[in-house]
Amino acid sequence: MAIKKKSKAGNYLVITLMLLGGIAVSIPFIWMISSSFKPESEVLAIPPTIFPENPTLDNYINLFTNMNFTVYLRNTLIIVFFSFIGLLFNAMAGYGFAKYEFKGREKVFYLVLATMMIPGQVTMIPVYLLLNEMGLTNTMTGIILPGLAVAFSIFLFRQFMTTIPNDLIEAARLDGAGEFYIFFRLVMPIAKPIFAVQGILTFIAGWNSFLWPLIIANDESLYTLSVGLSLLQGQYANNFALQMAGAAFMVVPIIIIFSFFQKYIVEGFTMSGIK
Amino acid sequence: MSNFNKMIKNRHPYMFIAPAVLLLTVFSLIPILIAFVISFTDLNLKGLADWSSITFIGVENYKDLFSDNTFIKSVFNTAFYVVIGVPLVIFFSLSIALMLNYGTSKLFTVFRAVYYMPSITNIIAVAVIWGYLYNTEYGLFNYLLSLLTVDNIPWLEEPTIAKLSLILLAVWKGIGINMIIFLAALQGIPRSYYEAAEMDGANRLQVLFNVTLPLLRYATFFVTITTLIGWMQFFEEPFVMTDGGPLDGTISIALFIYKEGFQFSEFGYAAAGSFILFAMIIIVTMIQFKLRKSDTEY
Repeated sequence: MAIKKKSKAGNYLVITLMLLGGIAVSIPFIWMISSSFKPESEVLAIPPTIFPENPTLDNYINLFTNMNFTVYLRNTLIIVFFSFIGLLFNAMAGYGFAKYEFKGREKVFYLVLATMMIPGQVTMIPVYLLLNEMGLTNTMTGIILPGLAVAFSIFLFRQFMTTIPNDLIEAARLDGAGEFYIFFRLVMPIAKPIFAVQGILTFIAGWNSFLWPLIIANDESLYTLSVGLSLLQGQYANNFALQMAGAAFMVVPIIIIFSFFQKYIVEGFTMSGIK
Repeated sequence: MSNFNKMIKNRHPYMFIAPAVLLLTVFSLIPILIAFVISFTDLNLKGLADWSSITFIGVENYKDLFSDNTFIKSVFNTAFYVVIGVPLVIFFSLSIALMLNYGTSKLFTVFRAVYYMPSITNIIAVAVIWGYLYNTEYGLFNYLLSLLTVDNIPWLEEPTIAKLSLILLAVWKGIGINMIIFLAALQGIPRSYYEAAEMDGANRLQVLFNVTLPLLRYATFFVTITTLIGWMQFFEEPFVMTDGGPLDGTISIALFIYKEGFQFSEFGYAAAGSFILFAMIIIVTMIQFKLRKSDTEY
């Protein structure tokens, strides 16, 4: 950081505080991981054991044999896949707003921004009624469609793509490149950093999606991991070990992906000009 | 004909924006209009099956809401969440960002990830883990307190304590994203400002209060507005942890709307509630912008 002369004592104080805070924040995670490897009797032991005395994988195996976690995982991955197609739509729209002059551009863009202001509770019921009219309740399409376009994502893509020089695009046009060729071959590689941020955020949102699948899906065959986990919580209310294994199965992949890509997220926010 | 040709020639921008804009129109813009219309009707499950049974009842829904005890309770609870939760989130995310900005070693990068982790954790996983931690008999918290000879605390069974417990977990979950915003802002402060302050002989606290914090004004404003809007829609935590109980002690406005809509199928009534929430959010946001204006004038 900027201040060069830092007293050693101050340094240690900051590191100690950071360490203590970090431990406090991680307690739920540590407890989750540790309990997920305990047999059912040990999780209810008082005093609790910090590390499992008889570590076991049974809880994880149970998720896939006694519960339908394979189905939930498949559904969740389908949602994640389609939300990436949504991400592409958002990027295309961001590019359209950033790099083309057309009639009504400002007005349409303001409408897009306006949708960000509306609380989710306002649109939730009408969207459900609309899907009901279209016969899309209790279908995968009904779960996926409403979440594809994200106004905030369009906004961020537009902000980034405005900084791409027009000359570059013009030059490609003069060379005879088509508009879509330009977008996929020229613009997308330049916009890699913003795609990285949005990609991670899209993955996390898709992986975690809960409320909309819960509202739309009646059949267990359409449940996502989160809906399945909440079902498990209700069915096995006192089997905390199994619950912790289910939670760990949801949380750990996200943490791994995030720790690989975290630097992009911080850079992404710096880029979007929030200062 | 020439007009048509022109459109064909200029079709590309529309082709780029069409998919996303169409989806937003169908699933965001049109629903707002629908919500507004049905908030003046008695639409419920019966009306859904037979449209002719729906009647316009004017502002009846809005009037009923203000004499509905559960709704009033949800407004009070939401205010409780906002007044305690928002300052805590801002305080912790700013303090942690300042600490993380203190060094550049690997250690600080690791801790940045640690503090960010809760905010990307799935809400159901959070409910499962914290439900276990908060468990009165087998939970870790009560065990740790028993070591200090404190009696068992009914974390989720007493209305006021339950509200505070939900705030604790929402703050834990809410720090990450705001911390990143503060961190990005801190990294955008030019070195020369600090060097100038140092040359003037300012000590570290003086630098913090006279250089760093004032320069974070915009970030603080942004974080305050978004956190406030987010907390006014406080929903997931009571929904997954307590379902609004005990005795509606943790029900928030957003949860009230959800329950009226999807549990009791009173779509018209719920839509009216959502517009009251929307109005509250707009008013509070406008007050924020007003306060900021008067703040920058001097």
